[in-house]
Amino acid sequence: MSTPKSLAALAVALAFCAAPALAQNASQNAGLGKPITESDIKQWDIAVLPDGTNLPPGSGTPAKGATIFAQKCSACHGDAGKGGVAPYYPALVGGQPLTNGIDTVKTIANYYAYATTIFDFTRRAMPYNMPRSLTDDEVYSLTAYILSLNKLIGDNDVMDAKTLPQVKMPNRDNFIMPYPDRL
Amino acid sequence: MSPWRRRRGASSLDDSALDIVAGNGLIDRRALLGRGFAIAGAAGAAGMTAAAAEPLIDAPWSREVGAVTPPVQSPSPFEKDVVRALSNPNGEFRTSHARTPHQLLGGTVTPSRLHFTINHCGIPDIDPAQHKLVIHGLVRQPLEFTLETLSRYPLVTRMAFVECAGNSAGMFAKEPLQAPAGLLHGLVSNSEWTGVPLSVLLDEAGIDPAAKWLVAEGADAAMLDRSVPVKKAYDDALVAIYQNGEHLMPGNGYPMRLLLPGFQGNMNVKFLRRIKVINQPAYSYFETKNYSQILPGGKTWRFHFVMDVKSFITHPSFGLSLKEPGLYAISGIAYSGTGRISKVTVSADGGKSWGEAALQGPIHEKAFTRFVMPWRWDGQPAVLQSRAYDDGGNVQPLRAEFVAMRGEATKPVTTPLAFPNQHYNSITSWAVDSQGEIKHVYA
Repeated sequence: MSTPKSLAALAVALAFCAAPALAQNASQNAGLGKPITESDIKQWDIAVLPDGTNLPPGSGTPAKGATIFAQKCSACHGDAGKGGVAPYYPALVGGQPLTNGIDTVKTIANYYAYATTIFDFTRRAMPYNMPRSLTDDEVYSLTAYILSLNKLIGDNDVMDAKTLPQVKMPNRDNFIMPYPDRL
Repeated sequence: MSPWRRRRGASSLDDSALDIVAGNGLIDRRALLGRGFAIAGAAGAAGMTAAAAEPLIDAPWSREVGAVTPPVQSPSPFEKDVVRALSNPNGEFRTSHARTPHQLLGGTVTPSRLHFTINHCGIPDIDPAQHKLVIHGLVRQPLEFTLETLSRYPLVTRMAFVECAGNSAGMFAKEPLQAPAGLLHGLVSNSEWTGVPLSVLLDEAGIDPAAKWLVAEGADAAMLDRSVPVKKAYDDALVAIYQNGEHLMPGNGYPMRLLLPGFQGNMNVKFLRRIKVINQPAYSYFETKNYSQILPGGKTWRFHFVMDVKSFITHPSFGLSLKEPGLYAISGIAYSGTGRISKVTVSADGGKSWGEAALQGPIHEKAFTRFVMPWRWDGQPAVLQSRAYDDGGNVQPLRAEFVAMRGEATKPVTTPLAFPNQHYNSITSWAVDSQGEIKHVYA
């Protein structure tokens, strides 16, 4: 470490290892990933898990959802979710038994395993022309409305981070995994 | 030069010069490999005499200087019909997709501009300088990557097909749809992909050894996300940044996508911007609904990730009629989501007899392999089929076997663009009539 050359090498090494965590990475890996914090990712961290993990604060009711639905959803999904221009804009209510055939239209009531999926996808991707324009309370309300239309919750039930994962979806136990060894 | 070869010493093209291996004129594949004389123009030249030929002259393009060399090449104007079939040509406000015209292509690499694509909410116009990929969740240190930083890793290149789980779904129809191979099977394509092994990035972030799942998410308007087993990430997953030597096509995920060789296309998340390591599958919309299957009797499949062994004949096929009796190369594509193609058999008599096709190497795992079968068409009706086998012992099911297991659509299917069910991998049958016209049949 006494020669100018090795000092220069050290300076370069320090410049590439500004933080202790990065230095540790660099010793094992390429270390090209830039360390960030979970709080930096907060706005992107939207995936909701079936057990309710990552559901946001807030709540909603079917009644509030009905009002929002009429304004922002029914143009495509039809009045009370009965379906718009088939088959591209699906109905959100009803559904035939899956025993009708392998081409039975999959719906929330006859197919979804978890109610959290409705919240996640509505918040993530709806309305189709203005994704992520809904508040979390609005998404809870729309989810509650859709669930109540399908008689999966009561008309006055409140949906929030605690109640939504507890909604039992009819088809939940009807799935089988063809190749569990691949997971 | 014709690929046709005959056995040394044979002096004329007739059946005695070629080993017949199966009914209706299928010829031993070794006829393609022998060291004998090329049978130039074998398909129709036998009856021609020198007197019938036109004198050769220089064509106009040989007598003037051609076009200026352009910076980027485009196909010849004569190739203008080699285009993808569109599901939503008028740009209605919904999902749009484009299918690879397999019946008009050769070899195994799908030209990038003809790679299939499905976009559930349009194709985002992403500035690569501003695009970020984050890895977080059950990791020691969340990390952020850019296209520039990913480019500095030692990159890995491999061949891989990507196939939509709904490819060939029109074949769940009770009656065979009359459509070219590219409409029936155009939601699969094959490219050389280059990228960083996902395992390298997960290791750098310090993944929790107990973690079993990732959720991968795109930067498109719907932030399409899918759950992926960590096991697959460490098997052969890439964050791909090149496709056939150039950066990805926008419709194929520019500037970066997840590549999960052999897994449902939808899981190969395009415009990849986030990977979160989690402890349970997310049951996202697409794994919950679209890419999950109803079975006969009403049970349902979930997490059927692997695209099973499959093949189909591209030449000849619907829309490519045969001009005259004689020699043809029956050719097509075979692939398996679990490994390498080990064998393809071909039938010209609707499955009564089968001969083994030649495989064009090198044979890559989870990638297209082209098969070729010499065939002498005698002008009589024939039904052409192919059946693929992989090195894991998996065999492409016959249609009767497949339907017994997976069922058929109960309602009429009016278009090959429909998705009555998914994961169809049974055989395709092309019926040649005595005029050389080709129909899609079930046999």
